[in-house]
Amino acid sequence: MAARTWRRGSTAVASALGVALALSACGGSSSGGTATGTAGGSTGSAECADVAQYGTFNNAKVEIYSSIRDVEAERFEKSFEHFQKCTGIDIQWNGSGEFEAQLQVRVKGNNAPDLAPIPQPGLLQTLVGLNAVKPASEKVATASKANFPADWLTYGTVNGTFYAPPLGANVKSFVWYSPKMFKDNGWAIPQTWDELLKLSDTIAKSGKVDKPWCVGFESGDASGWPGTDWIEDIMLRTQGVETYDQWWQHKIPFNDPKVQDAFDKAGAILKNPAYVNGGTGDVKSIATTAFQDGGKPIVDGDCAMHRQASFYANQWPEGTKVAEDGDVYAFYLPPVDPAKGKPVLGGGEFLAAFNDKAETQAVQLYMQDVNWVNEKAKLGDWITAHKGLKTENVLTVTDQTPNPIQILSVQILQDPNSVFRFDASDMMPASVGAGTFWKGMINWVTGADTKSVTDSIEKSWPAS
Amino acid sequence: MSTVVTPPPSAGAVVGAASAKAARVKKKSTSPLVSIIVVVIATIWTIPTFGLVLSSFRPENDIKKTGWWTVFSNPSFTLENYKEVLFGSSSNGQLANFFLNSVVITVPSVMFSLFFGALAAYALSWMNWKGRDWVFIAIFALQIVPLQMALVPLLRIFSTAWPFSLLDPQGTGKFVIIWIAHVCFGMPLVTFLLHNFMSDLPGELMEAARVDGADHARIFRSIVVPLIVPALASIGIFQFLYIWNDLLVGLVFGTSETKPLTAAVADLAGTRGQEWQRLTAGAFVSMVVPLLVFISLQRYFVRGLLAGGLKG
Repeated sequence: MAARTWRRGSTAVASALGVALALSACGGSSSGGTATGTAGGSTGSAECADVAQYGTFNNAKVEIYSSIRDVEAERFEKSFEHFQKCTGIDIQWNGSGEFEAQLQVRVKGNNAPDLAPIPQPGLLQTLVGLNAVKPASEKVATASKANFPADWLTYGTVNGTFYAPPLGANVKSFVWYSPKMFKDNGWAIPQTWDELLKLSDTIAKSGKVDKPWCVGFESGDASGWPGTDWIEDIMLRTQGVETYDQWWQHKIPFNDPKVQDAFDKAGAILKNPAYVNGGTGDVKSIATTAFQDGGKPIVDGDCAMHRQASFYANQWPEGTKVAEDGDVYAFYLPPVDPAKGKPVLGGGEFLAAFNDKAETQAVQLYMQDVNWVNEKAKLGDWITAHKGLKTENVLTVTDQTPNPIQILSVQILQDPNSVFRFDASDMMPASVGAGTFWKGMINWVTGADTKSVTDSIEKSWPAS
Repeated sequence: MSTVVTPPPSAGAVVGAASAKAARVKKKSTSPLVSIIVVVIATIWTIPTFGLVLSSFRPENDIKKTGWWTVFSNPSFTLENYKEVLFGSSSNGQLANFFLNSVVITVPSVMFSLFFGALAAYALSWMNWKGRDWVFIAIFALQIVPLQMALVPLLRIFSTAWPFSLLDPQGTGKFVIIWIAHVCFGMPLVTFLLHNFMSDLPGELMEAARVDGADHARIFRSIVVPLIVPALASIGIFQFLYIWNDLLVGLVFGTSETKPLTAAVADLAGTRGQEWQRLTAGAFVSMVVPLLVFISLQRYFVRGLLAGGLKG
């Protein structure tokens, strides 16, 4: 009896499975079919003249594996539509939150994607070490040389060979504030580091807000990274670019007095109970405040300043106007010595190719096409260090109006006086830059002193 | 070893012995003090999940600004989160698609592991061949090897070796490799548990069948399988929950077309985690099936726990 019921049950399960398979087949084809290119393309027509140089392909697929996902990935997909239709290349955007770890697994498992925008030059180096990345083709290299500033090309270069052209960019040297709050209280935007500290004092004494600064270091596995940006920005300002480069290349030790000095300068703000942590609590609450929520107290009127990158523009609560005359805006984190130029800390991605198929190279080349770059920027909230990017094309996502904070970023990137440097923690070996440095910042802000933290990070630097 | 010297036990007696054990445990655990402790623990255990469910029905701004408990003083509910994660735009969820992926991954994987596990367990317990015990020990020992060690080699086989290399790298055919991976990783435990259960079956039954002229295939089909249905059911539930909740295998072997629900939920929060309110609804969508499976098959689940824990 029992046996018979079981058998009947198993038939039911088997038929359910059949249905499920059929359903999933439908789901699969519908989502895969959204971006089909007419194979062979219609090169002859005038519509496709602008991408004719990339050739036409039959049944070609290019997978781009990336940490960029969600709505931002959709904007990339949208930007490829024209190219896909004309060239017949089907571009598949595959975003994952575990990109950094998964990319290495896929490479080691002979299952590498065709292209991957890599946000860390350190990771690019590791992958080149695994013989996984193909050097940029001559066409790509020549175009990159014309399109990007020289220092951006160095981040895509490993041991003298140019591998990966830059893709997106962001500027990190920003302090977010409320223009209205500043205006109402007569606070002026500081032009030097001393003025910044003086302003902090004024705000702290005024009692208009809870505390002048609000900071948040918590970010899941990556907790601590907002802290590394503070140290990097101050290193650039106090020590200059030469020492900064020596620092991430480990030509000076991590516990060098110069680095310790930068920690202490950051500590004058971050570990000053009179300055932090607006709207949240004491100094230690920095470690437990989520990076996403770090600047929110500004909107609530509990804090006056929040140092965070341009991409923080996406984090404000819905309906917050980001503009010079809006609810929040950002000013450039002032230099210590204005005579030394404007050091800018930033980040970006570099588009590495894992094979040298013609279609892969075509897409790699297309992603620095001046038309594509401007079209992509028009879709909103995206900038690049590309010299051909016009500020009038830098728009917001929501209403396609000019995007003030991103325009300011582009202006800083394109300003000949700017001295741009890439985020140092992204260039250090991953075990430090995405490991002990992050953890060290958390320990530091929860009570450990500068010397012991820098000593332990120095000790963790991999030998070689 | 304290149990009775069983007189020729029938199939019913095997099941009977299990329920006797269950009764004993039940008796021991019904004292009022134990009940109070269990209720307290269960309540504490459930509060986060309860909060999650409440949160998933709250509007985005409320989730981000206040805790779920404020809903009692200031109730406002919406289905927006579910709408967004289930049927939103192509890359911000559409969990409905990945939900099906999970079903397509889980059901065959469980079926295959049970099928092969039962065959292996039969061969290891009722067929006499040289080196049988050593093979059994080897299978048992394989449970110690963490599956993480096999990820890269297995991926290498799947991406380059014939016949897997024939599969379209982005196509839905790639489900096959996830099935194989899950079955491989699940086999040692399934075989081990089924072997324990099967070797407890009375030898007289097999002998009688053999006298009647049944071969191994026949014995397996007509005698063993009907008797181990409870074990298959409980191990099936364990496997089902394990595979449904798996993230690692799905992440490594899945593609954007074939990844399971868990991998999709992990990416719901957006590139910089700004959309984390979606996780509430996303987590609950991924929990619904295991919950249903557990609640509807609770009987087998408990029996499976006892089968593993109380021997002799």
